[in-house]
Amino acid sequence: MSAKMIEVRWHGRGGQGAKTAALLFAQSVMATGKYIQAFPEYGPERMGAPVQSFNRISDDPITVHSGVTNPNFVVILDPTLMETVNVTDGVSKEGKVIVNTSFSAEEIAKQLGIDKAQVYVVNASQIATETIGRNIPNTPMLGALVKVIGDLDINGVLEDTKTKLSVKFAKKPEVIEGNLASIKRAYDEVKNS
Amino acid sequence: MIKTIYSKGKLAAKTGNEVMAEAMRQIEPDVVAAYPITPATEIVQIFSQFVADGKVKTEFIAVESEHSAMSATLAASAAGARAMTGTSSQGLALMWEMLNIAAGLRLPVVMAEVNRAISAPINIHGDQSDTMGARDSGWIQIYSENSQEAYDNMIQAVRIAEKAQLPALVTTDGFIISHCMEVVEMYPDADVKDFIGQYKPARTLLDVDRPYTLGSIDLQDYYFEHRYQLAEGMRQSKKAIAEVAADFAAKFGRKYDFFEKYKLNDAEIAIVVIGSTAGTAKVVVDSLREKGIKAGLLKIRVYRPFNVEEIAKDLAHLKAIAVMDRADSCSGAFAPVYSDVASALFSAGVTSPKLVNYVYGLGGREINTTHIAQIYDDLSQIASGAKKPSNTVEYVNVRIK
Repeated sequence: MSAKMIEVRWHGRGGQGAKTAALLFAQSVMATGKYIQAFPEYGPERMGAPVQSFNRISDDPITVHSGVTNPNFVVILDPTLMETVNVTDGVSKEGKVIVNTSFSAEEIAKQLGIDKAQVYVVNASQIATETIGRNIPNTPMLGALVKVIGDLDINGVLEDTKTKLSVKFAKKPEVIEGNLASIKRAYDEVKNS
Repeated sequence: MIKTIYSKGKLAAKTGNEVMAEAMRQIEPDVVAAYPITPATEIVQIFSQFVADGKVKTEFIAVESEHSAMSATLAASAAGARAMTGTSSQGLALMWEMLNIAAGLRLPVVMAEVNRAISAPINIHGDQSDTMGARDSGWIQIYSENSQEAYDNMIQAVRIAEKAQLPALVTTDGFIISHCMEVVEMYPDADVKDFIGQYKPARTLLDVDRPYTLGSIDLQDYYFEHRYQLAEGMRQSKKAIAEVAADFAAKFGRKYDFFEKYKLNDAEIAIVVIGSTAGTAKVVVDSLREKGIKAGLLKIRVYRPFNVEEIAKDLAHLKAIAVMDRADSCSGAFAPVYSDVASALFSAGVTSPKLVNYVYGLGGREINTTHIAQIYDDLSQIASGAKKPSNTVEYVNVRIK
């Protein structure tokens, strides 16, 4: 992999929107001028089963078409997956893990057995419930991921999300506002402590 | 920063299946008959939505099997329609009888094909066993490395098929490309329609003023001549493919050829490969070049017709070549692409490169830069004489013992 390429792995459960999150993330990052890939891991499709999806981001065209095995960033939509899935598989000492949880980064680091500097936490379920009205953590986690990656443009991401949702929810402006607020809040609230 | 090549192009994030459906929407064939099969389902599913939404005037026929899909498609073509379909794997296998008939009747049917393993055992993932099994059926076969190429190849395939009077299929690697969202540059509908033009068949079965017979029995007296004409038509189709590629480059700015040569001209060792793995291999070539190793790549885009003269010329200067096949052959000998490359080289009198066959990725088995780097390492050793080239099929990333 080129040094400039960023690779992301999403962990969720079937039905939680891990695939959708990877697709939405890729589209909004593309809107900021970068090359992207988004693809899910395909296995038997069962509601609630552990699933993964992936992203690549680069300033240059992406030609590699193999699986992502050493992600720079791991996003965990459902914290109970940490008990059954090796979510840190292939993550180097520089890799970062972002977890939807009410626990602190220190507690999560201890549970995962990695350095606290690698762990970021945000209560995406609570944010989603308060802003969108439903526990769909994948949307706010987009904001958290943008913040932790660092060199992405959150306003570009928000603008693109707004454009897309405006088409889909033309008659429900409150849905658009809720989703955008959830991304912004997770962006502001994700923390390394 | 992402950018367009064509002045009126627009960038979009699309999967391979989505762009194939978009290409079909822009082509707007008269008839599409199809039956769904993973991982190609989305192509005809999305297209049928375009039909339902009135975005195209295409007659969509939801048939009960792929055999019927190809039957209806080729029949529509014989009646004078621009006709298309899409399938994968077992679906293509079920079409087998009708694939040969579409070619034998010289009908320019165009098919979106997603490469998937063949049963048994049942597997939905990407390999090229399905289309390799149809490689000598008289269909033009164009393979795509990524979604952009799938889109561009579909647009070109319509004109190629109609010029060559042969059916043509365009493929992507199942899931790896069909379900991977990437940045694709799309062209305006009007420009695509302008590029492919109106279909004006020389003759059609529904032209009652000029009746003719199609598909009649053809015994010892004429069959051989007609089959010769089919094989000759395939040889001659190289001209149509080159002309359409030249027009496409002039119009949209993207250059396509039978083969893509990546850092090949001064290379000493090279991989020959088809499809998405070419992209992964380019990353390896770049890193080897940084270390001063003269590695290159030849990607086969057009596999049928097989341009033997050109590939022999392109590969003649190499010391060692690995031909990677994403399909095995139960011939007891080598896999399909290797056999073709070997005969191309031998018939041109090119015997100096050492040629090794690697079968990889069956049923979607992972093929990554580490596996490919290992193949280049083998080639370096073969080129220097440190290693003897294998004279049997080598298998990549499989548990044999």
